Amino acid sequence: MRLRKRQRLLLVVLVLLLGGGSAALVLAALGEKVSLFVSPSDLAARPLEPGKRLRLGGLVEPGSVTRGTDGEVRFAVTDGTHSVRVVYRGVLPDLFREGQGIVTQGQIDASGVFRASEVLAKHDETYMPKEVAEALKRSGHWKDGSTGAPK
Amino acid sequence: MIAELGHFALVLAFAVALVQGTLPLLGAARRDATLVAVAPPAALVQLLLISIAFGALTHLYVVSDFSVANVAANSHQSKPLVYRISGVWGNHEGSLLLWVWILALFGAAVAAFGRNLPVLFKSRVLAIQALIGVGFLAFMLFTSNPFERLDPAPLEGRGLNPILQDPGLAMHPPMLYLGYVGFSTTFSFAIAGLLEGRIDPSWARWLRPWTLAAWTALTLGIALGSWWAYYELGWGGFWFWDPVENASFMPWLAGTALLHSAIVVEKRDTLKSWTILLAILTFALSLLGTFLVRSGVLTSVHAFASDPARGVFILALLVVAVGGALALYAWRAPSLQGGGMFAPVSREGALLLNNLLLASATATVLLGTLYPLALDVVGGPKISVGPPYFNATFVPLMIPLFLALPIGAVLAWKRADLVGAVQRLWLAAVLTVALSVGLVLVSDLELGLSLIGYGLGLWLILGSLADPLSRAALAGGGFGRFWRRLVGLPRASWAMVLAHAGLGVLVIGVTATSTGQSERILTMKPGETAEIAGYEVRFEGVREVRGPNWIARRGTFTVSRDGNFVTELASDKRFFVVEQRPTTEAGIHTTLLRDLYFVLGEPARDGAWTVRLYHNPLVVWIWGGAVLMALGGLLSLSDRRLRVGAPRPARVPAAMSAG
Repeated sequence: MRLRKRQRLLLVVLVLLLGGGSAALVLAALGEKVSLFVSPSDLAARPLEPGKRLRLGGLVEPGSVTRGTDGEVRFAVTDGTHSVRVVYRGVLPDLFREGQGIVTQGQIDASGVFRASEVLAKHDETYMPKEVAEALKRSGHWKDGSTGAPK
Repeated sequence: MIAELGHFALVLAFAVALVQGTLPLLGAARRDATLVAVAPPAALVQLLLISIAFGALTHLYVVSDFSVANVAANSHQSKPLVYRISGVWGNHEGSLLLWVWILALFGAAVAAFGRNLPVLFKSRVLAIQALIGVGFLAFMLFTSNPFERLDPAPLEGRGLNPILQDPGLAMHPPMLYLGYVGFSTTFSFAIAGLLEGRIDPSWARWLRPWTLAAWTALTLGIALGSWWAYYELGWGGFWFWDPVENASFMPWLAGTALLHSAIVVEKRDTLKSWTILLAILTFALSLLGTFLVRSGVLTSVHAFASDPARGVFILALLVVAVGGALALYAWRAPSLQGGGMFAPVSREGALLLNNLLLASATATVLLGTLYPLALDVVGGPKISVGPPYFNATFVPLMIPLFLALPIGAVLAWKRADLVGAVQRLWLAAVLTVALSVGLVLVSDLELGLSLIGYGLGLWLILGSLADPLSRAALAGGGFGRFWRRLVGLPRASWAMVLAHAGLGVLVIGVTATSTGQSERILTMKPGETAEIAGYEVRFEGVREVRGPNWIARRGTFTVSRDGNFVTELASDKRFFVVEQRPTTEAGIHTTLLRDLYFVLGEPARDGAWTVRLYHNPLVVWIWGGAVLMALGGLLSLSDRRLRVGAPRPARVPAAMSAG
């Protein structure tokens, strides 16, 4: 019987160790490794320190897209009230165009330019990313009919 | 007419499911043989009816009957036949029909092939299976009827999302669903076992083929999805930790744990309540996956529909099924008697460690997937949890799992014998270290995570192979005897070796691709050359081509190495006329050692084009490894012991009289 108790104790210790370990990993990761979703107005109202992981959502400002050499693209993301300049190196998604709702992943650099590592435009042309739609509603630039229900 | 026939068949199937879900349970409780006997034929009839409905919908798609709303919304006459057929499950209603069809398929399979199951137990399993069917058929009939008519009928359909018009994606959902829904059988076995209050080694034996079948299909389904994402989405990634991917990955992790813990129940008659809990949770995670994907709470390519009524219905279904099962578990599980002793260093100890690690990994994935949703619900900031989170939580849990795996696989049941394990594995360990050191010396591999990845992969492969080889060698004798012993090992042992080595192959592929990928983004004019990973790439220019329902600009590249021609690759920017949507087709050249992966971008200035060139080392190993794992599952399914070794008939009467 003593042996069985010792085994049970061992098991409990192991479970606690693993559970505690994974909980610590999860908590540390949730603190640092997630990205906050912001709109251009959020950034204007409360500038964040450079280097934080962000997802910036809004519309591609019409007339703002310029293409440089070796695949560098500059454009501005706007929610109608404020806009943020974005620099991205890479091939844009198929549905990227001016006026399209997009989400970009990246960080603000010291000069206030958003350096995007990823640009997402969803695969349905009538589709507006949920976060973008809400950000636009908040800034009062939401037109019904500018988007359909995601299909 | 055909649509009404399909609808009618679904309504009938619903009625049959109601009968199959209630009478046998009543009969089992009252020991009424007549009521119990209802279950198997009902399961077969249900399969027949849902097959009729499925056939009807397929027919409507093939003939492009746009008076049916579902067909009009998702198909088009110009679509090639194969995508008109795969379009059946390329939408919300149709994919649910596929879901219930596979559910009925598994029910009928239990009815037809479960001959060794005691009659009472089998009828209970089938009844639970039918109750799940009742929920999903009701969901279809009341919120997502695929046969709804449209009046007036449009002349043309709206087409199918072009990125879904693809051979990989035609196969991905059926395979994935075979896995997802296959775990419904383990759920039904668990509930039936709890109802009878009898969970023993023979229960685990009955469970095993169904777990294996579901696990194998899910493995292949996930691999297909990952392969599709790799070649279709055009950025050379194979796994994005997208919530919908996680939704299929969580049942896989839990199912893998279940596969292993059920072995402990079978061999040692212990770890029973945990195994039951895993069987319930695996299917709960499948249901959760269905909820996440089908309710539209996630924004993803996979989210076809977002009708709040549907979300609420599936959530209710989830709560009833899982809540009911867990309540039954809480009530019945304490009465399950644990078996023998549990030495820490033993096969069962190792399998327990496997389960703890896999369960923790499932939990971290679950948290990462649900946390943004939960935060959103309570009105917190909007966040997204991506690869950095999962790399920081999931990967560290896999390292001890992979380290321990080959050791656990050679440990004997019951008694602790580390010396024997060392005897069998020292050569593999030495080889692993030597090869890893060699890898660092010959390549410019940096010390760090990538070396750990390669080392673990090698360890998994060599450590898994070492067991059968050393077992055959330790017996002594000449080569002929060695070979005979090797061939004579039971298929289940070879299956384990294959699956574990396949995991090693996958780990190496993942490591190589994530750490050794070269990427070049540049603008090229026709005739210009660029260099990537030792290959010279000449951009030949862009021309227009036409497909069945798309037009495309096709960029071609000629690849050579040291002056020798390697291949010519073409990447398309396709525009689907009906759907008015563009897609990108990457040009890919695959060998065992690397993929060349070229993507044509947009036109830049002066006739130049943006292009992206990737060199992905060993990327095909990822899917090769997954296929090896699935082959392991199939091989294990074919083991004779599994089919023949069911309980002796003498035990059946005992089962009839047991609670």
